[in-house]
Amino acid sequence: MKFSRKTKISSDIPTASMPDIIFMLLIFFMVTTVLREYSGLPIKLPKAKRIEKLQSKRHVTQIWVSKEGLISIEDRLYNLNNVRNVMYEKRAADPQLTVSLKADEAAQMEIISGIHNELRKADALKLNYSTKTEVD
Amino acid sequence: MARKKRRFKGGEIPTSSMADIAFLLLIFFLVTTTIDTDKGLGIVLPAEGQELEIKKQNILNCLINSSGKVLLGGEPVAVKDISRIVKKRLQENPRLIISVKAHGKSQYKSYVKVIDQLKQANATRISIAETE
Repeated sequence: MKFSRKTKISSDIPTASMPDIIFMLLIFFMVTTVLREYSGLPIKLPKAKRIEKLQSKRHVTQIWVSKEGLISIEDRLYNLNNVRNVMYEKRAADPQLTVSLKADEAAQMEIISGIHNELRKADALKLNYSTKTEVD
Repeated sequence: MARKKRRFKGGEIPTSSMADIAFLLLIFFLVTTTIDTDKGLGIVLPAEGQELEIKKQNILNCLINSSGKVLLGGEPVAVKDISRIVKKRLQENPRLIISVKAHGKSQYKSYVKVIDQLKQANATRISIAETE
């Protein structure tokens, strides 16, 4: 079979690859968008050398502790005594829960210790002290 | 003008390489975008009501005072020396449990430094005592 030669000049933009581009954009945004991002409290994280990465953001709840002693979970301030109720619910919903403690380096140990106790009561035992990498 | 008409024949944008370009871009963004994962010192808290009796010789007390000074096993030590000392003690006694106790008014920073030092000494049995 002989194909007829194209003689007409077509001026329209080809749309055959359009789906590819759209899918690419879609995948790009899916990869870069982090769900459930909270602004937290303004803190200065301490530095440490022997750090480990948290596996996935999905099973992580962050607790912010500022140097003034404010405790924030998911952008809501809580009293130390209420942390256990919040964390208990979270732990019940997700047994793989890891708590990422984002505390200011000048925070007092009283509060940190209080949070330890609250987390123990809430049975959320996997804890991660969020730190920055120390460069030496 | 001497230009011939057949030079305008291929007026279309070539689409055969479009997919390649798209994939190239995709791979570029995948490589360059770092999803900022949380990093930190991992620790597992003991469950509520799970107090164990531990032999005295298996405990190494590590106390932090309000100014960030550390007392390791009754002797004042510099924070950066903790990992070296603990490593040595762990070789002597692999069952050693390091009990970290911080003063209520001590800073979180000094506590994290101590935990980091213990992690550097590969101490896995770390106990966190309550503050007074």
